[in-house]
Amino acid sequence: MENEKTNRVGSVIFSEYERGEAVKKAAEMSREDILGEIKISSLKGRGGAGFPTSTKWMLTAAAKSDEKYVICNADEGEPGTFKDRVLLLEYPKLVFEGMVVAGKTIGAKVGFLYLRGEYEYMLKSLHDYLSEMKQDQLLGKSICGKEGFDFDIQIRLGSGAYICGEETALIESLEGQRGEARNRPPFPVSTGYKNKPTTVNNVETLAAVSQIVTKGGEWYKTYGTNKSSGSKLFSVSGDCKKPGVYELPWGTKISELLKLVEAEKTKAVQVGGASGVCFPKSQFERTLAYEDISTGGSIIIFNESRDMVKVLKNFMEFFVEESCGQCTPCRIGNVKLLEGVEMIEDKTFTFNYINKLKELGKTMQVSSKCGLGQSSPNSFLSILENFSEEIFNGRNGGKHEK
Amino acid sequence: MLVVEKNSLTEEIEELVAHYGNDRASLLPILQDVQRKHSYISDYAQQEIARVLDIHPVEVYGVISFYSFLYSKPMGRNIVRLCQTITCDLQGKKAVAEAIERELGIKFGGTTKDNRITLEYANCLGMCDQGPAMLINDKVYSYLTPEKAVEILGEV
Amino acid sequence: MKNKKTLRAPVSQKAHIVEKPEDITTIGGTIAIEINEKKVTVPLGTTILEACQQNNIHIPTLCHHPDLCVAGVCRLCVVEVEGMRTLQASCAYPITARMKIKTSTPMVRKARKHILDLLLSEHYGECYSCVRNSKCELQSLSKEYGIEEFTFGHIKEPKHVIDKSSFSVLRDMDKCVLCKRCVRTCIDLQEVGVLEATYKGDETTISTFMDRPLAGVICINCGQCINRCPTGALRANDPSDAIWNSIDDPKKHVVIQTAPSPRAAIGEEFGLEAGHSMTGQLNTALKRIGFDGVFDTNFTADLTIIEEGTELIIRLFKALVNQDPSVSLPQFTSCSPGWVKYLEHFYPEYIDNLSSAKSPQQMFGTLFKTYYAKQKGIDPKDIVSVAVMPCSAKKYECNRPEMNDSGYKDVDYGLTTRELAKMIKEAGIHLPELPKDSFDSPFGDASGAGLIFGATGGVMEAAIRTVVEFVLGVKVEDVFKNANVEVVRGFEGVKYAEIPIGDKVGPVPDLIKHLVPNWDWLKGATLKIAVAHGTANAKKIMEDIKAGGKFSECHFIEFMACPGGCIGGGGQPIPTSPEIRKARAKAIYSEDESLDVRKSHENKHVLRIYEEFLKDGPCGHLSHELLHTHYTKRGKYIA
Ligand SMILES: Cc1cc2nc3c(=O)[nH]c(=O)nc-3n(C[C@H](O)[C@H](O)[C@H](O)COP(=O)(O)O)c2cc1C
Ligand code: SF4
Ligand code: SF4
Ligand code: SF4
Ligand code: FES
Ligand code: FES
Repeated sequence: MENEKTNRVGSVIFSEYERGEAVKKAAEMSREDILGEIKISSLKGRGGAGFPTSTKWMLTAAAKSDEKYVICNADEGEPGTFKDRVLLLEYPKLVFEGMVVAGKTIGAKVGFLYLRGEYEYMLKSLHDYLSEMKQDQLLGKSICGKEGFDFDIQIRLGSGAYICGEETALIESLEGQRGEARNRPPFPVSTGYKNKPTTVNNVETLAAVSQIVTKGGEWYKTYGTNKSSGSKLFSVSGDCKKPGVYELPWGTKISELLKLVEAEKTKAVQVGGASGVCFPKSQFERTLAYEDISTGGSIIIFNESRDMVKVLKNFMEFFVEESCGQCTPCRIGNVKLLEGVEMIEDKTFTFNYINKLKELGKTMQVSSKCGLGQSSPNSFLSILENFSEEIFNGRNGGKHEK
Repeated sequence: MLVVEKNSLTEEIEELVAHYGNDRASLLPILQDVQRKHSYISDYAQQEIARVLDIHPVEVYGVISFYSFLYSKPMGRNIVRLCQTITCDLQGKKAVAEAIERELGIKFGGTTKDNRITLEYANCLGMCDQGPAMLINDKVYSYLTPEKAVEILGEV
Repeated sequence: MKNKKTLRAPVSQKAHIVEKPEDITTIGGTIAIEINEKKVTVPLGTTILEACQQNNIHIPTLCHHPDLCVAGVCRLCVVEVEGMRTLQASCAYPITARMKIKTSTPMVRKARKHILDLLLSEHYGECYSCVRNSKCELQSLSKEYGIEEFTFGHIKEPKHVIDKSSFSVLRDMDKCVLCKRCVRTCIDLQEVGVLEATYKGDETTISTFMDRPLAGVICINCGQCINRCPTGALRANDPSDAIWNSIDDPKKHVVIQTAPSPRAAIGEEFGLEAGHSMTGQLNTALKRIGFDGVFDTNFTADLTIIEEGTELIIRLFKALVNQDPSVSLPQFTSCSPGWVKYLEHFYPEYIDNLSSAKSPQQMFGTLFKTYYAKQKGIDPKDIVSVAVMPCSAKKYECNRPEMNDSGYKDVDYGLTTRELAKMIKEAGIHLPELPKDSFDSPFGDASGAGLIFGATGGVMEAAIRTVVEFVLGVKVEDVFKNANVEVVRGFEGVKYAEIPIGDKVGPVPDLIKHLVPNWDWLKGATLKIAVAHGTANAKKIMEDIKAGGKFSECHFIEFMACPGGCIGGGGQPIPTSPEIRKARAKAIYSEDESLDVRKSHENKHVLRIYEEFLKDGPCGHLSHELLHTHYTKRGKYIA
């Protein structure tokens, strides 16, 4: 692995921050004040679903229980996403302190960092960092010398299963089960890890919390748009000169981002990873924001040389393998969509059948048990919709080399 | 398996349980540790783990087979996982894969005769900005080219 | 059973824990909702499915089962809820707030059809060559949704090999729809833990430990998984072809014994509602099919009571009077082969507690090829003995290597209720229309005590009827009204009762006079008994005994592997539910009440056997040789 950059530029998450700032500040604040600050910031979850963080915390805080848990979701498995890697390697202070703040706010004494198995190489540095935090009284018993401000963080490794990023599957996995998503309701905020109230947050969400607690919700809101406050980390990969992690305010246009990363001859941009949507050139003026294109930040760029059928096939293979396999629409539906893509590739399809598959895709979106099956048809539907000309007529008259 | 081996495995598992606790939530960490040491989780180990955690052996097997990084069959000493997902694919995964296969004389999914390397595909490793990428055990290698990949493999 | 929260079941499979929200819309724990524009009020936490069922709105289900906890995986039961982006699985959605539900919108209907299309695309096999033809939930759903073609194709090659290793249960995973009912049955309801989902994604398969054949793992053969499987993926190992061959072979003398539970349920296979007893009609049918002798397993059930009851008395005498420390108490019943195997695997250290008396099926088997053969002057090698059982474990039991005390395989074939119904249909007989007939001599009609073996608590009740009369010397009717021992009846998972003996005891009856001198040693004692049905409940008792709890002080405990006892056995008609099992039990109890002889020791044929054949009496030398058996410490390790 190349050395990670250390001084990233960015105005919010990557802004100046000294270790311990958030925890020290939170130690002096009441739970209500912290919640208030998060509420003012209008921070929404950065894991993809965009659920308001203050609401999630409030529900967990209000749930009656002697035991509660904070879980930091570092399963980062969405193809094209690697911002959490950067945060954990370069800014563990933001992430871990965000967890401590969450713990104080909801009333939890234990937090888990669920780290995907692929990131095992970070384990040592993260453990070292936790020890340092303990030495500095930023973690453990009586944090900052405050009686009763106790919080401990355990790191748990995943073992190679994308679905374990889905919060209820993650909880199942933490409990030693197969990573199969749970029925909701009940939601983790009331019935989470070991059936106790649990808040699950993305790595980036918690990092943002540290900045918000330190610098204030109002400050945070000065970035972004009216409906999408603050900034977002974008993981940019694919056909461009400067792939990497970028911190940009919400409201950035796709075209602006493409320019920034020096992408040329771009034909398509996949926003949100394999479970996201693929946009053609005609939509590059749309903005990345909850009110327009909401995303967990994966941006994959395809230039004109790419065969979109191949791209789609790669995505569908991913879902066939990574579905947890418990519910019918997702387990079999993805196989059928993949078969459809292969028919297109082999030119053995009929338009009639492809239309049936599109209908099936829509059924999967509404009837699957969890977000995986609900979003896996996105790329199928958007690529066939936005690139049908190329797929069925263009490029060698619709031929796709194997 | 020899009785001595069995006993030492039992002892090892009991120690792990003492360390992590005998709750089912300890299952994954225990499996991961056993595998780290033995490269896989044998029938016997699975049943011992089930016994001490008071769950059914088939539940342990259900969990192992669910996670693609856990194995119930013996694997090579080193596990090489090449990313097969989209960005790495765009960036030349195929050439890398072919070079590795040629060099090791095995296909993906196979293990070298000397048991040194098991080759597998993995899904996105979170290194898409530096693809193609692969993991060798818990280490990550990026910006692979066919030559570079083969060279790295020569060193494990 | 429904709201059971066991530690074992994965949380995703457990019943919901619904906290009552402090919300103004929830007055008095109920909540007003709208289903298809109709206003209804339901208790808080009711699932959408239950709410619909209570209001006679049909919702298709597949993974849902009334005996099992929620799974929410098939997604057939989806409905639209106003304001929600996605459809909701009605079986898994507890109502805690006001909502407007629509159960049949275009989106809902399309989703259900798609889901069926998907399941069918991977469902290998044809309906006409499947045991579950016309009793398959996938098939009837396809009919309900008008499936006329395979929209998304149809699998042409099987992916799996049928696992035929077990004497009892066959697994054909090409027909599996992954509803996980069998998993929830085996892990959660029965707590045996043989089946689980393995792998993920499109490779997900229900499997055993390391994909071993079923015979190689610790399956207890209870067949409860079969009863809850919606398709033909799980089925019993059917011997009916071999039985037909024997019937058609003029050299063979084919006898059949029928257990009490099949008659209380077989009518269901012919379209009757649960709860019709068909004893007389069944006898006619069996004779018409061509069995050479039709007998009542209740006869050997009565015999079991005498043998097992005597064994208990001997154990108690040794323990209390001789102070013999080697005696194992409590004594456990041994007539449920599922339970016996469960104990051999999970609690092998307790095999001495099992009564050594064989099950009624096996006792009869031995008698057929000894006593009966002699009486009839038939060479035992020409006798083919068939047992109609509500049970799939009986198939395993008759194949145990030790079950050949007659010098031959004591019972040749264990046949389930379902398989017998099939044979009757094959013979062109419509059971409900038949006249009644009685059982053949020399075993004749048995007592009601033998009959109630079929329901949980029945063995215990039968034993109590006899022991009370033996020891107290009074009529059991004087102690229990109508001779109905209500304390051991009903579907409570674990039942416990104490029967004080008091100061008055009777004379020792002739039958066992040679074993105990008098009953004085029982004066003032209290007989402690317990009953458990379903191995999950058995486990509760066993764990308590291990911990030295109250059940360790019991004298006699009845265990049945299946929920509800034999009437809920793994060979019984499908479907099963708490209501169905209740109806079957009712049929048995009312038939018992209608009989003249309701106590095992009053069965004159049983008494005759002791006079003519087992001359050294209950638990005597010959009976030990023929009617008793031994067990194997199997343990849990899967080699
Ligand atoms: C299939 C699937 C995979 C997911 N993977 C991740 C992930 O890797 N990291 C993450 O933070 N959230 C992931 N999520 C979203 C989580 O379920 C959850 O919404 C999120 O962790 C909540 O945190 P937030 O509110 O801070 O965004 C995933 C969701 C689905 C359906
Ligand atoms: S949608 Fe897919 S991943 Fe989610 S529960 Fe269903 S099968 Fe599992
Ligand atoms: S027969 Fe009983 S023990 Fe065997 S798999 Fe089925 S439910 Fe489990
Ligand atoms: S075997 Fe039957 S009960 Fe088990 S999952 Fe398959 S279809 Fe369902
Ligand atoms: S696509 Fe290979 S690391 Fe992400
Ligand atoms: S019956 Fe509700 S999801 Fe299967």
